[in-house]
Amino acid sequence: MTFEEIKKEALSRWEPLETDGTPVIRIGTATSDRAAGALEVVSAFEKELDRLNVRAVILRTGSIGFCNYEPLVIISKPDYPRICYNNVTPEMVPRLVEGFLIEDDPCMEFALGTLEGGDGDTPPHIPELPRTEHEQRLILRNCGFIDPEDIHHYIALGGYGGLARALEMTPEEIVDEIDRSGLRGRGGAGFPTGRKMAACLRAEATPKYVVCNADEGDPGAFMDRVVLESDPQAVLEGMIITAYALGSPQGYIYTRMEYPLAVERLKTAISQAEELGLLGDDILGSGFAFRIEVFQGAGAFICGESSALMYSIEGKRGFPRVRPPQSIESGLWQKPTQLNNVKTFANIPVIIDRGADAFAAVGTDRSKGTAVFALAGKVENVGLVEVPMGTKLDTVIIAIGGGVKDGKRFKGVQTGGPSGGCLPEEFLDTPIDFDSLTAAGAMMGSGGMIVMDEDNCMVDAARFFLDFTVKESCGKCAM
Amino acid sequence: MMDRTPNAEEERELEQVRELLSRQEKDQNRLIPILQAVQDTLGYLSPGAVREVAAHLGMNDAQVHGVASFYNHFRFTPLGKHPIQMCMGTACHMVGGELVLEALERTLDIKVGGITEDGEFSLDRVACIGCCGLAPVMVIGDRIYPRMTTTKVDEVLVNLKMEADAAGGAEGDDPGNTPESA
Repeated sequence: MTFEEIKKEALSRWEPLETDGTPVIRIGTATSDRAAGALEVVSAFEKELDRLNVRAVILRTGSIGFCNYEPLVIISKPDYPRICYNNVTPEMVPRLVEGFLIEDDPCMEFALGTLEGGDGDTPPHIPELPRTEHEQRLILRNCGFIDPEDIHHYIALGGYGGLARALEMTPEEIVDEIDRSGLRGRGGAGFPTGRKMAACLRAEATPKYVVCNADEGDPGAFMDRVVLESDPQAVLEGMIITAYALGSPQGYIYTRMEYPLAVERLKTAISQAEELGLLGDDILGSGFAFRIEVFQGAGAFICGESSALMYSIEGKRGFPRVRPPQSIESGLWQKPTQLNNVKTFANIPVIIDRGADAFAAVGTDRSKGTAVFALAGKVENVGLVEVPMGTKLDTVIIAIGGGVKDGKRFKGVQTGGPSGGCLPEEFLDTPIDFDSLTAAGAMMGSGGMIVMDEDNCMVDAARFFLDFTVKESCGKCAM
Repeated sequence: MMDRTPNAEEERELEQVRELLSRQEKDQNRLIPILQAVQDTLGYLSPGAVREVAAHLGMNDAQVHGVASFYNHFRFTPLGKHPIQMCMGTACHMVGGELVLEALERTLDIKVGGITEDGEFSLDRVACIGCCGLAPVMVIGDRIYPRMTTTKVDEVLVNLKMEADAAGGAEGDDPGNTPESA
């Protein structure tokens, strides 16, 4: 099938959800939703719809990232705006079905707000929430809105348009586009992605490998988990475009084993992409072949470090190695290897599809695009936040995060995982970008942001992180 | 390591491992996925299992053990019937995760890494599972228990025991005990 045919088929499956008059009930079913009881809510809806003989489509989506509001349900009924209900319990379901689906009462006493957007241009958003004006959902645009186990949804909203465009470009053009976008690695180090790709392109040894670091070892970080469980195709598309540019035949997604649902959804996504000829042999008739394997980690924080991760894939202990040589020259099985974080790969299709200039229009001079954070700890709105680079820390914690819970005093915010730092109140004014955070003595890290209040003991926090690094030590530095 | 003849249970386990290995390539690069498959089957890596994997891949026991022991996920003692994992992420720690872990150790009378005498419960730490909004988080098998407190520990364990007893009665695998009628 050509891409045009694939897209047509995808639209023919997606559009009826919007236009055929049947109500659609979206229920988030990522790991955090399930922990909050989402699967019981799904069963309650199924039971109630059956009992009252009501026709509606239940869409099991990923997570929109508003974790304190989960289980989250979005009901679309013709002639009404889409309505978002928070903290839904099975007991609320009969009222929602009878009230809104059968009669015409939208049950606003349960509603969080309305959901607009989701047409492939404007991301889905809840205009009633104060956070909406500060956020820019690029990587998270499909999360909580599409079924992550149905590739047609991703394609209908613009997915794989980037790959189709890339297949008409030369490798140098693709690398140049990513370089011009200013994309920097989202794993935390912030190395310019285009520059890394250019070096890998120049390397002569073959085969070259493309590796996605989905280990997300920083405790308290869950951005990558949400992306993998809610929009896995975005990560695959980024890897395929990268592999095409570098001429790589084989990719690996090193996924932490503590994320079993992410592993499952990735495998489903891979098999669906293969079925449509977007992965595997002769991708979209281009003659290019690329395969992706999901490799599960085995519980070692150090394997989030790129060289240790590669040794792990080779079946060895995850001992990091000294550089040079860099992995782009000599990585997996001593071959040139392009390793990127989940979010870095998720940005690539957007850059190729919409162009480097559009991407670079967001963010600061030296930190382009958006940043995704996992806000947790003593904050009201725990969950995922996506903002343009350069947004101030207090906007994230107060305007979006809702401030410190229970009226307590803010003490500090921990960023960058165990090797990061804690920023106290006087740094709340800091813009979030790679360089400003480093200058303040912290670091961007992969996106975990833990808010601490007056009841948290910083000495205990320091001991916690030291304990963690001791337990996770690979032993190399002690030799 | 094993210088005596395996007992019946151990022999059964070894048979399962051999069957699994017969479907695996003799590729040392695949050591970690193979160990994961063995642990998924047995619940742990027995000395016999390590020996079988080593033989299959043309490695020695020490090499395999050296890799397996590096990774926190691999266990060398059996899992309980209800394997309990307490999340040790930053968010969970900050809201009292350690206290819940201590309560579990006290109630079950075992330490982290151990298993109760009746084999019902084992206790381990797990690194962050990414449900930080619901901290402190405990996982038993594939079920997640959000917002754990020390007082909830007893309730959860008792409920598990009751569910297990009810399931055992319904399946009739203990014919001597008829379940109480509701």
